[in-house]
Amino acid sequence: MQNTRTLKFDWLTIFFFLALVTIGWFNIYSASYTDGGSGIFDFNQTYAKQLLWICLSIVLIVFILALDVKFYERFSSIIYIVSLLSLIGLFIFGKNINGATSWYALGPASIQPSEFAKAATALALAKYVSDIQTNISEFKDQLKAFLILALPALIIIPQPDPGSALIYAAFIFPLYREGLHFVYLLLGFFAAALFVGTLAIGVLWVSAIVLVIATGVYLKNRKRKPSVFKYVTIAIACIGFALSVNYIFENVFEQRHRDRFNIVLGKETDSKGIGYNTNQSEIAIGSGGWFGKGWTEGTQTKGNFVPEQQTDYIFSTVGEEWGFAGSLLVVALFVFLIIRLLVLAERQKSQFARVYGYSVAAILFFHFFVNIGMVTGLFPTVGIPLPFFSYGGSGLWGFTILLFIFVRLDAGNYYYT
Amino acid sequence: MRKFLLLLLVMITGVVFAGRLFYLQIYDTSFKQLSEDNAIKTVYDYPQRGYIFDRNDKLMVQNQPSFDVMVIPRDVKNLDTLAFCEMIKMPKEDFIEKMRKARVYSPRLASPILPQLTKQEYASLSEKIHKFDGFFIQKRTLRDYEVQHSANVLGYIREVNQYIIDRNPAYEMGEIIGMTGVEKQYEDILRGVKGVKYIQKDRFNRDIGAYEDGIYDTLPQRGKDITLTIDATLQAYGEKLFTNKRGGIVAIEPSSGEILALVTAPNFDPGLLVGRERSKNFNQLSRDTTALPLYDRGLLAEYPPGSPFKTLTALIGLQENVIDIKETIACRGGYYYGTRGRKLGCHAHSSPLSMEGGIAKSCNAYFCTVYRRIIEKYDSPQQGIDNWRNHLMSFGLGQFMGYDLPAGKRGKIPSSRTYNAMYPNNNWYSTATISNAIGQGEVLLTPMQMANFTATIANRGWYKKPHIIKNIQDYDTIPGQYTDINKTTIDPQHFQPVVDGMHEVFTNGTATFLQVPGIDICGKTGTAENYTKIDGKRTQLTDHSVFVAFAPKDNPKIAIAVFVENGYWGARWAGRISSLMIEKYIKGEITLTAMEDYVLNGSLMHEYEKPYSGEPFNINQ
Repeated sequence: MQNTRTLKFDWLTIFFFLALVTIGWFNIYSASYTDGGSGIFDFNQTYAKQLLWICLSIVLIVFILALDVKFYERFSSIIYIVSLLSLIGLFIFGKNINGATSWYALGPASIQPSEFAKAATALALAKYVSDIQTNISEFKDQLKAFLILALPALIIIPQPDPGSALIYAAFIFPLYREGLHFVYLLLGFFAAALFVGTLAIGVLWVSAIVLVIATGVYLKNRKRKPSVFKYVTIAIACIGFALSVNYIFENVFEQRHRDRFNIVLGKETDSKGIGYNTNQSEIAIGSGGWFGKGWTEGTQTKGNFVPEQQTDYIFSTVGEEWGFAGSLLVVALFVFLIIRLLVLAERQKSQFARVYGYSVAAILFFHFFVNIGMVTGLFPTVGIPLPFFSYGGSGLWGFTILLFIFVRLDAGNYYYT
Repeated sequence: MRKFLLLLLVMITGVVFAGRLFYLQIYDTSFKQLSEDNAIKTVYDYPQRGYIFDRNDKLMVQNQPSFDVMVIPRDVKNLDTLAFCEMIKMPKEDFIEKMRKARVYSPRLASPILPQLTKQEYASLSEKIHKFDGFFIQKRTLRDYEVQHSANVLGYIREVNQYIIDRNPAYEMGEIIGMTGVEKQYEDILRGVKGVKYIQKDRFNRDIGAYEDGIYDTLPQRGKDITLTIDATLQAYGEKLFTNKRGGIVAIEPSSGEILALVTAPNFDPGLLVGRERSKNFNQLSRDTTALPLYDRGLLAEYPPGSPFKTLTALIGLQENVIDIKETIACRGGYYYGTRGRKLGCHAHSSPLSMEGGIAKSCNAYFCTVYRRIIEKYDSPQQGIDNWRNHLMSFGLGQFMGYDLPAGKRGKIPSSRTYNAMYPNNNWYSTATISNAIGQGEVLLTPMQMANFTATIANRGWYKKPHIIKNIQDYDTIPGQYTDINKTTIDPQHFQPVVDGMHEVFTNGTATFLQVPGIDICGKTGTAENYTKIDGKRTQLTDHSVFVAFAPKDNPKIAIAVFVENGYWGARWAGRISSLMIEKYIKGEITLTAMEDYVLNGSLMHEYEKPYSGEPFNINQ
């Protein structure tokens, strides 16, 4: 045997990645293409910049894959702390783009540290959960795990960028996989239901429904002599949550967030005003038909009817120009990639790699779920990008790093010859 | 379970998204239409309407550019009202009112503030208007009338309204359509083909270039010019002769069926329906319900033809072989018929008369005799009438004639059914219809039909359908229906005696003083009784003055029918107008200046006021 080390990368994952990035770039080209540009190397053009980012990300990938597999586990805490510091630094050095101070200005480019913080948090969480002394079914350790997640989210929210902060909820899936009680998922689900319910029908109705359900369950179980106190506490907690949601909605949220929720909940139907984005996006996608209008032939896309089309709404270009067939292909690619990541994660021998892989899958799923849900008008407008697709160097690099660290971890598990 | 929850969620999400996409892209088709509406702007490039020429290539109608000062109220910013009003020379109050109306109409769409600038105004304004946000100058094309007559022939155009668009999808808001006259008849030729440009818009509704680099765009094709058979000089002269009179003239070239003049009076200057005052003028014209200036009497008015109709009675008599041209018939001051000594009166003239004399002197008794023989030749009056009617139908009477103008009436030639309906048990005899013999009774003709049968007599037995189109640009021929020869049921040999009789009208008859030196005219006077209802009572009005003529007798160049409403004797007004028209057309100048003065200065306005003033009418004095 030669004394060489060979790595077996999961080429299927890499194939999905390359496919998504390539399709993504062609759609960015179409969405930002104007007659004014002078070819794909005119770096005033969005699509040219994105091409540059893609090329640089290949270099990044080589670098990530070249590092020793132990590096990530060993340096995860330091990476996490550096990431937190970079987020905090925004309050001092940050640059305001579109109302959010989420960027560092570096010459002609801007860097958004929150895109990199996801990978850092995933590393830190994987490191903590896989620690021999951590038992995630214990409340004390749960608290610490939540703290790891909450820190970056709490820094990101006031930038303000609640969309990016929302993504940290995705980490509940790897935690559940590692032994977190199901009740947390239920709690999360009920919290979401109460949240939406409060906004949709108001605090009074939600309180009434909570009381009716609590009474009903109590009466049904009364033969077992349940404690009245428990039911009352839960009911009060629910109503208190609804009240605080109402308070947060009215006082912490900005008007644009309120508007977005109201549209999706059917309270506002002003298609020219705040509902414009979603409405135009639906029109663009809807006009695609079976096979779309063809690349760079989308009339809605060319007319820039869909705002933020290169970034958050890039999927509407897919829908218009590639039709049902193309949209379905992209959806399928995402679903297959995430499933592949889950399969790989389950296969990992080290808990660190498994938790990390699960985190990657959960984060990608959250982005995919929220973004396409928003673009197709199923969910509220939350400004988060579609991974590998949306324009933006930070986003692309953030997801590339996130994904390829796992590709490296996965490969590192196999052969040392 | 822990291993599969997220997996399950991913799959469910994939399926839900696929379903949603299917709904948006395949199932719900409303999005497709919406997309076409809001991303592609369709801009039309309107073609110039074709020009209209007369038979001598004199330009009658062309186009003129028109410039309007428009405003988009929403875009008006920091307006210095005083300076602007000074620039467009408009009182400040008017301007404020116009701005208010524009805002009420639409804050986003353009409204005219000052329509139809003169060229000087346009020159000075076009340099300054850009300083005022929200205002701009829009170019349009309007009709430019080179003549002040022929409004009824040319017709008018208008912007299409929703009613027209709903029924004719080829038109869109803002387009022009011909409503009457040749503008309507030849709309498809005159309008041209509009050009289309597809422009890609962005979400601010700004143009960002041609859609697909303009491969679907088309250029406008200018409307084709048409040449009419109208002689503009003759037409203008005819309208002038009708000053202060009501009625109509139809002049036809017998050999071709070309309409030389189609006069209705009162008429109006076609230029009235162009420009700033259009709607005001149009309202004025359409509300004049007594003079009816928009009513084309030459085509629409159904008059009792009166004595000119006797020429047809004579022709049918000859064809049916019930009279010989040599046979004379006595007149004792009228025609007596029936068992109770009923009489249809006649005027004083020599007696007895043969056919030529009968026509020349317009003897009622002669033609009543002939008519009765025509009807009574058959076993029943029903058969007789229907046979008589068939002869008349072959002259194009009692039906739409198929000429190329979008207005017309059938006139009326009664049939057996007409009288069967009038008399119970079909119990009627030829005498009940005796007035038909002399063009009264149930017979009604339009001036166009009068002119056509006159042309048919001039041709000795055939006619070509009257038409107004002489030539269409880029077409070699006019529709074949206007070059086909229509033969009548009367044998050509029977026409010469009638023509001779009509010639005698001028040499020794009712129109001797209407002779034109050097031109052999054949004609027939008519003094047509007519009735109206005044206060619910059937009242006889002053007779219509009627005249038909053609000239010269051999190789006729013009056949003409003239109606002068309530003008009394046929020779007095209609005859004079006929002679003047014939001289004008054949000689190109007027030598009968005394006659011309009489006609030009004569007015029948007092006649037309009688039904309202209560003055008595002159009837058969």
